Amino acid sequence: MGRFILRRVTQSVIVMLVMSFIIYNLIGLMPGDPIDLMIASNPGATPEVVAHLRAIYGLDQPLIFRYWHWLAAAMTGDLGFSRVHSQPVLEVLLPALWQTCKLLLTSFVVSVIISTVIGALAALRPNGIADNIISLFAFAGISVPVFWLALMMILVFAVQLHWFPASGISDVGNGSFGDQVRHLVMPVTVLALANTGGFTRYVRASMLETMRMDFVRTARAKGAGPWRVVVTHGFRNALIPVVTVWALNFGTLFGGALVTETMFAQPGMGKMIYDSIMGNDFNLALSGLLFACLVTLLSNLGADLAYGWLDPRITLK
Amino acid sequence: MSELLGVDHVTVRFDLGGGGLFGGKKRVLQAVVDVSFSIEEGEVLALVGESGCGKSTLGTVVAGLREPTSGTLRFRGKPLTAEMRREAQRSIQLVFQDPFSALDPRMPVSSIISEPLRIQKLGSQASRRARAAELVEQVGLPVDSLNRYPHEFSGGQRQRIAIARALAPDPKLIVADEPLSALDVSIQSQILNLMKELQEQRRLSYLFISHDLAVVNHLVDRVAVLYLGRLVEIAPREEIFRRPSHPYTQALLAAVPRIGHFRERRAKNIRGEMPSPLNPPPGCVFHPRCPKAQSICRESAPLLEPAPERPQQLAACHFKD
Amino acid sequence: MSITMDAAPRTEAAVSPWTLRWRRFRHHPGAMISLGILVLLILFCLAAYPYEYFSGLDPNATDLLSRYDPPSAAHLLGTDDAGRDELLRLMVGGQISLLIGLLATVIGGVVGLAIGMSAGYFGGRVDSALMRFTDGIIVLPLLPLLIVLEALDLTKLGFSQEFARSGAAAFWRIVIVISLVDWTAVARLVRAATLSIRERDFVRAARASGAGAIYMMGTHILPNVATPIIVAFTLTVGRVILLESVLSFLGLGVVPPTPSWGNMLNNAQELVTTAPALAVYPGLLIFITVIAVNFLGDGLQHAFDPRSER
Repeated sequence: MGRFILRRVTQSVIVMLVMSFIIYNLIGLMPGDPIDLMIASNPGATPEVVAHLRAIYGLDQPLIFRYWHWLAAAMTGDLGFSRVHSQPVLEVLLPALWQTCKLLLTSFVVSVIISTVIGALAALRPNGIADNIISLFAFAGISVPVFWLALMMILVFAVQLHWFPASGISDVGNGSFGDQVRHLVMPVTVLALANTGGFTRYVRASMLETMRMDFVRTARAKGAGPWRVVVTHGFRNALIPVVTVWALNFGTLFGGALVTETMFAQPGMGKMIYDSIMGNDFNLALSGLLFACLVTLLSNLGADLAYGWLDPRITLK
Repeated sequence: MSELLGVDHVTVRFDLGGGGLFGGKKRVLQAVVDVSFSIEEGEVLALVGESGCGKSTLGTVVAGLREPTSGTLRFRGKPLTAEMRREAQRSIQLVFQDPFSALDPRMPVSSIISEPLRIQKLGSQASRRARAAELVEQVGLPVDSLNRYPHEFSGGQRQRIAIARALAPDPKLIVADEPLSALDVSIQSQILNLMKELQEQRRLSYLFISHDLAVVNHLVDRVAVLYLGRLVEIAPREEIFRRPSHPYTQALLAAVPRIGHFRERRAKNIRGEMPSPLNPPPGCVFHPRCPKAQSICRESAPLLEPAPERPQQLAACHFKD
Repeated sequence: MSITMDAAPRTEAAVSPWTLRWRRFRHHPGAMISLGILVLLILFCLAAYPYEYFSGLDPNATDLLSRYDPPSAAHLLGTDDAGRDELLRLMVGGQISLLIGLLATVIGGVVGLAIGMSAGYFGGRVDSALMRFTDGIIVLPLLPLLIVLEALDLTKLGFSQEFARSGAAAFWRIVIVISLVDWTAVARLVRAATLSIRERDFVRAARASGAGAIYMMGTHILPNVATPIIVAFTLTVGRVILLESVLSFLGLGVVPPTPSWGNMLNNAQELVTTAPALAVYPGLLIFITVIAVNFLGDGLQHAFDPRSER
């Protein structure tokens, strides 16, 4: 077990290093460069000044050299300076991360609960009416464009009904807990709806697989009612693969968060990454992307560990 | 008679991982250990043993599907080098145990049978088709089978198709890996008779791999017995059936029902299960199960030597009969 | 499976696998309805040609005097924010969106097929190298990465200014960017299928006869992994259409004036208050297309799965 964790952590560190190098290079290929942006705001800059600036920022050095510099600084916690926010990257990043955590965790919990209940319900009687309705709902969930779902929610609940605010995290001059919750309702609902579809399909498939197994059939033959069988035998065994899928998907939720946060103007990680890429804020974009990778890697690691913990038959090597 | 194929001190090891940076203990499985024998032209040699004794691995080595870890193969008296591989690939063909896995479900029978010719680029397309038609009849299937697909045939019919494929390049040796054990008893004898007929007509050699001595009884010329990857006895059929020399062979034969004999209880002779090839016992590998075992058996491994007064019958035992 | 008769072909299995599959597919109501819907959607998109011809409308010509016109005889679904016929743009935009979905799926599918088949067939180090690479791609946050790739400056990669700004560049860029990232599912699936087929006896028989890797992959492996690939391809088409729509919506994929269902929602926030209907149509079409594609994939999976009873 200890060896397994050690190996997986080492692998993850290597993947992170490779990723950071690739993303560093990609960011370098984005339009413009930092010096161009600086001289744009200072028309009097002479070529000598530009060259001097390049030397100061190390932009005249080969790429691998610059990457090494960046990496050495990043190791000490110095992720550079955000151009747009005029603040150190970490100070922009952390509040955004916190905001995203609120959104992601709430919608994640909501969709896990809903998908477990309706997935099990669907598996109870395959091809029954409930199963067909739930399947249709699940397919809708995986097929709907998230941004359009958000748009429709805004159209109905903000523009037409005025139930919830269309954007932001709190009203100006307010900011109480209730006000924040009101602002989170729609983003959470959108993200939860989008994720519940896929999750439900996994739960249903896994439940069906488990219900086919001999020990469940034995329990049924002994006269245990369907709900009893599901609760005492089905769940624990069916949820093992599902937990892995949940954990694996936690990282990919970032994509959904990006869209949702952009649509509802929530200052979270997703919107921050998008804005920084579009606004040529190189340091912030780089750090944001790497953070997103890190979250995915950590959730993968968590998935593996959860798998071994839930199923005692699996020995992790 | 001249030697068709020789197997010379062949050993096959599987590296089961481990070692390396995070690995833990390195584990090596010895599937075949220092095995030597030869097959003459037109000879049928049976390779028998329990499952897991390495007989299939040895079969894949002979068929050229696996390189031995050490040791060499001889083909027609010469070492089997890379240049000779092509000829050997044509002259040595395979028939497998599971007729459902042996035929590509997406290919019509005519393509299946002519495949070895296609791979070896032998003949024209028309001549290959003609050859397939000829073979399909020889193995006792209707000619209209050619355009059908494997799922339309039963297990026995599929095994006939597999045999036809093996015959296509006019081979000298067919390695048959338990070709009967997946079939019903009534069909087993049909296939066995077909194989015997073909062998006599074409003077084929067979390396017939089986776990059951009774099945091969009237097809084979010689029998080689494998235990835990080691050759423990090799002898002409009559001799091995009349007077098996190695205690393991004796136990195997005792388990074979024969007319006029009662099937002896296996437990009387032989105890326990075959040990793991990952961790073979020291000395003679058979000693933990052997009724004759003495202290010498735990210390030194016996060599394969002629049985008393029977120069053709070789056995690896300190106390051979 | 038991073997009882040697004499006659087994009558039950004498029906070809494709017949059985078609039977199972036909009894999947969702899949059959979806197939119908998809045919209608394709016809709808192709109707752009006769509609353009007979009405004399141009999907890209702006008319600032008739912005946000309500539906009328001249403009059946009204006009958009630049006075262009909404219906015609929906048809043309659908062609673009569907085409990108198919092209990216095929290109990404070929990449995944090559990687998965090589990993599964060669095994050993090739396998672990290719699979580590695949795992690395899976770990990447998909949407942010696509945004970076879409935002790259093509001139820094050595393309000319005119090309970098052209509509064709935008079209091919989104196709390639998506197919560069979205091949991992196919690769893993093909690898698993290849691994199981590689150990089958017919492959070993061909190998014993001296068949090389190219022959083996083309003749034995590809035809036998075809069924899981068809399912994976179908599901990929749906995913690609969603990705294209969100990128174009964010202003990165297909660039105006060329319409796509995604970029027609470009100024959606504005539309919600001024002309809500325009915010509904393109998204609804994406939704219907993707859900139909996914149901089709589900039906195919069901039809190809020998365990399914119906």
